[in-house]
Amino acid sequence: MDFQSCVNIKKEWDIVGARQLGRDISRKIGFGTVDQARIATGISELARNIYLYAETGEVCFEALEDMNKKGIRIVAIDKGPGIKDISQVMEDGFTTSGGLGAGLPGVKRLMDEFDIVSQEGEGTEIIVVKWLR
Amino acid sequence: MDERLKNVVLEHSDDIVTMWLEEINAHKKNDYTSTISDEMFESTNREFVNVIFSSIEKQGLSSDLDDFSERLINLGWPLSYLTDGMQVFRRVVTDFILKQSDKIDSDYFSEVLRKVDGWVDPIINRLVNEYSGSWEHIVSLQRVALQELSAPLIPVMENITIMPLIGTIDTERAKLIMENLLDGVIKHNAEVVLIDITGVPVVDTMVAHHIIQAAEAVRLVGSRCILVGIRPEIAQTIVNLGIDLGKFPTKSSLRKGFQTALELTNRRIEETQNNDEDIEELIDSLDRE
Repeated sequence: MDFQSCVNIKKEWDIVGARQLGRDISRKIGFGTVDQARIATGISELARNIYLYAETGEVCFEALEDMNKKGIRIVAIDKGPGIKDISQVMEDGFTTSGGLGAGLPGVKRLMDEFDIVSQEGEGTEIIVVKWLR
Repeated sequence: MDERLKNVVLEHSDDIVTMWLEEINAHKKNDYTSTISDEMFESTNREFVNVIFSSIEKQGLSSDLDDFSERLINLGWPLSYLTDGMQVFRRVVTDFILKQSDKIDSDYFSEVLRKVDGWVDPIINRLVNEYSGSWEHIVSLQRVALQELSAPLIPVMENITIMPLIGTIDTERAKLIMENLLDGVIKHNAEVVLIDITGVPVVDTMVAHHIIQAAEAVRLVGSRCILVGIRPEIAQTIVNLGIDLGKFPTKSSLRKGFQTALELTNRRIEETQNNDEDIEELIDSLDRE
């Protein structure tokens, strides 16, 4: 399985679209219901961050297949304001929008790999991977 | 000049129709209409072209056009069939008129174009408006229907109210949930409110945040909130996300939540009859006979 698909995030309902596509792909890869829920929740957080802070962006999915393991890679890209202090947003409870502040650190805990690159004023790219066990 | 062009077109309407039908049929092969039967396509085309000619003849949009488009909307024909048809008609008529004329200079050419546009554009506009009007109507009806379904509140017993939530929760719906919840608590004089999230597919930080706020608001008006219907996978994601739902009781199922709600209001479920005893009595009475 080697395909890539993206969902543009422009409206709040696009978050649901991204989530459903991600859930479908992870089901096809063979993830169980608990991991599907984890992946869907993670996508929801990433897509909502795009919607809330950058307004537009996209979330891409890629099925990974290695010699001995399978997984899903999710890439969330936006050209928004960027993140000034990454270590701060990775702290539990930090929020600028009055939310719970559990989004990004939560996604990191939900997934197996987590990478974030952000340039202030240029945008943010977050890459997460979940492996099938 | 105006009348002359119109007369040329009307007199030769048969030729134009033949050319138009040919072009339209060429269109048919490779797209959307391929699932429609040939007879149906043929008769619809005839009717379409008649409608176009009648509106040119009458120098205005006729009610035939409205009837025709309404029927196509109901049958679910794509709008592109109509717009393609009108584009082809424009091309065919322009070609035809130019072929008929002996002298062609740029003035005459632009005059012809303007005239044909004057016939074709109002029809296209009307058709597009009809179609988009019907879509907007459907969307607005569905929005109302969704809103009615989105945050129902059921007063199941005195002092106990249930709000079952099904489907995705977005910001708009979260507001509605909060409002309905508080209104209902006051109106039904509820002591305990059960929020059932069995049907919510994903609980992310936003949804959790809204639920926490709603529960806090319920607490402020003097009632208690129990969150029920937490599926195992949702429980795990909530823990992973690090969301603290410790401020109010939570239960796995509505049934358990309801029992807790009864306990909180000093009541319990009691069975009025014990079936085992009934059967034993029956057997005893049979033995005696």
